[in-house]
Amino acid sequence: MNVRNLCFLLLMLLASHALARGVYQTPEAFLDEVFDATPPAPQVLWLKGDIKVTAEEILGHRYPGLRIRYWGGDQRTAWILEEIGKEKPITVGLVVNPQGMELVRVLEFRESRGWEIRYPFFTAQFQGLGLTSTRELDQPIDGISGATLSVRALKKLARLALYLHQQTEFSRDPAP
Amino acid sequence: MKYRSISPLLLIGLLLLTTRVSAESQPAPSIEELWRIIQAQQAEIEALKQQQAQTEQKATDADEKAEAAVVAVEESASSSSGTGNWADRTTIGGYGEVHYNNLDGSGGEDDKKEIDLHRFVLFLGHEFTDDIRFFSEIEYEHGVAGEDQVGEVEIEQAYVEFDLNDRHLARTGVALLPVGIINETHEPTTFYGVERNPVEKDIIPATWWAGGIGLHGQIAPGWGYDVVAHEGLKVPGMNDPDFNNYKPRGGRQKSGKADAEDLAATARLKWTGLPGTEIAGSIQYQSDITQSEDPTAGSAWLYELHTVIERGPFGLRALYARWDLDGSGPESIGADEQMGYYIEPSYRFFNDKLGIFARYNQWDNAAGNSSDSEKQQWDIGLNWWPHEQVVLKADYQFQDNDDGREQDGFNLGVGYEF
Repeated sequence: MNVRNLCFLLLMLLASHALARGVYQTPEAFLDEVFDATPPAPQVLWLKGDIKVTAEEILGHRYPGLRIRYWGGDQRTAWILEEIGKEKPITVGLVVNPQGMELVRVLEFRESRGWEIRYPFFTAQFQGLGLTSTRELDQPIDGISGATLSVRALKKLARLALYLHQQTEFSRDPAP
Repeated sequence: MKYRSISPLLLIGLLLLTTRVSAESQPAPSIEELWRIIQAQQAEIEALKQQQAQTEQKATDADEKAEAAVVAVEESASSSSGTGNWADRTTIGGYGEVHYNNLDGSGGEDDKKEIDLHRFVLFLGHEFTDDIRFFSEIEYEHGVAGEDQVGEVEIEQAYVEFDLNDRHLARTGVALLPVGIINETHEPTTFYGVERNPVEKDIIPATWWAGGIGLHGQIAPGWGYDVVAHEGLKVPGMNDPDFNNYKPRGGRQKSGKADAEDLAATARLKWTGLPGTEIAGSIQYQSDITQSEDPTAGSAWLYELHTVIERGPFGLRALYARWDLDGSGPESIGADEQMGYYIEPSYRFFNDKLGIFARYNQWDNAAGNSSDSEKQQWDIGLNWWPHEQVVLKADYQFQDNDDGREQDGFNLGVGYEF
């Protein structure tokens, strides 16, 4: 391969646009997609008492906030949560319904490694998962070599969203 | 009981009678008096309305103040989002491991009964902007460094990284080379065995870092690439008193006034398109493995292929690596071909808290001739993670080397990362 061909190959690589590090979807677009373009007004779940303690147990550290916003309707709740992978927070949108986890989507990834967690081939593993009595995911998640910390962060956020959903009115059966 | 039920009725009757008598005893108010009463009541109602409005305004103000306080607290707590001040943009981390080796030597090999602070590592990083960042890793090995001491201090990483776009980045400085499984990811919590596997150590050789410049990124979903131009090996040649049979491990220059007469290049393609599966291959070209110091040696190629599979509790690692060295010098002692491979199945229990593994390693730094230079080592053991960032390890190793020089026994270790 001569220098010209090598330069051409490099330019082709640099010109491609599939995202790795960056914003994949804005929270607004995520909510529009989840709620058919008419997201409900956000609600607030205060982190106090048992909820605060359990959230800390799941994350392994204190949640950086006093409350968590969420959006709910028809026994579904949507959450936009953040957790640090290795150094930077990963922003994730999660939707929980009565059957368990409905959707996990990485909205923003800020680190140089571990970007593979954004792909549907990985996040699809979370669909339908619930919590065990010890608040672990009830099915194993196959990780990604070299992205251990990012995978770990996503698993924590899935557990947190499933638990928080249980604390909202949307987890209860609607009145007959 | 009868008395108690009648008594309230009597009381009510007496009250009604008294009220009626009292009302009949006072004259009815005039219209003017009624008007004054109504006006007074109206004024009182207006005053109450005003008071209520003021109360509601105060409640609204209190809500807004509480909201502002909560937002301020949350913003302060979540300042790690990467857009904050200098401290927010600076990160530290690290890992370390302490080993106890209890190995019996045979065939002329020494015993190894040691307690060793094998590695103490600190990471320091800083993000200048969202697209430009610095990362470094300083490593202390074997506890004590200095003249005539067993340990050493090494800077294994010190590079600046530039995001070219959302898919590709450039890295320049001193960085780990993209080859093998543990060369880039070697925190003790991430691999089985107290000691790192001998194949990557003696063939690749991990840990291997070099100064240079590289492009890294992805070319399609699940497909990652790395291309790096970097300092080459400087393997002591036959004219060197430290001659080490052209083993790559002895040729790492570690970016310490590294001889850059003959550069090298490494490329890797990695596929992670299936959860729990990685397949990757690297190829490296050394323009002169002795930096032109040994006229009987010359260029060299490294080929490496590996897979990492983690499906549920099952794990499997397998790696093959091979060097081809040009020149009559390496060929004369069989070092023109150096190769090794290992395979490591594993299984995790108790919600990933405990894992067991077995590993078979075979390697030969003089595979180019029929000399008795092949080495084999079995490792079996377990890892226990009491916390996801802390690991306790135990394993047993036994060797079967062609030259009969072997070390067999057990190893214990503790490791951490943060």
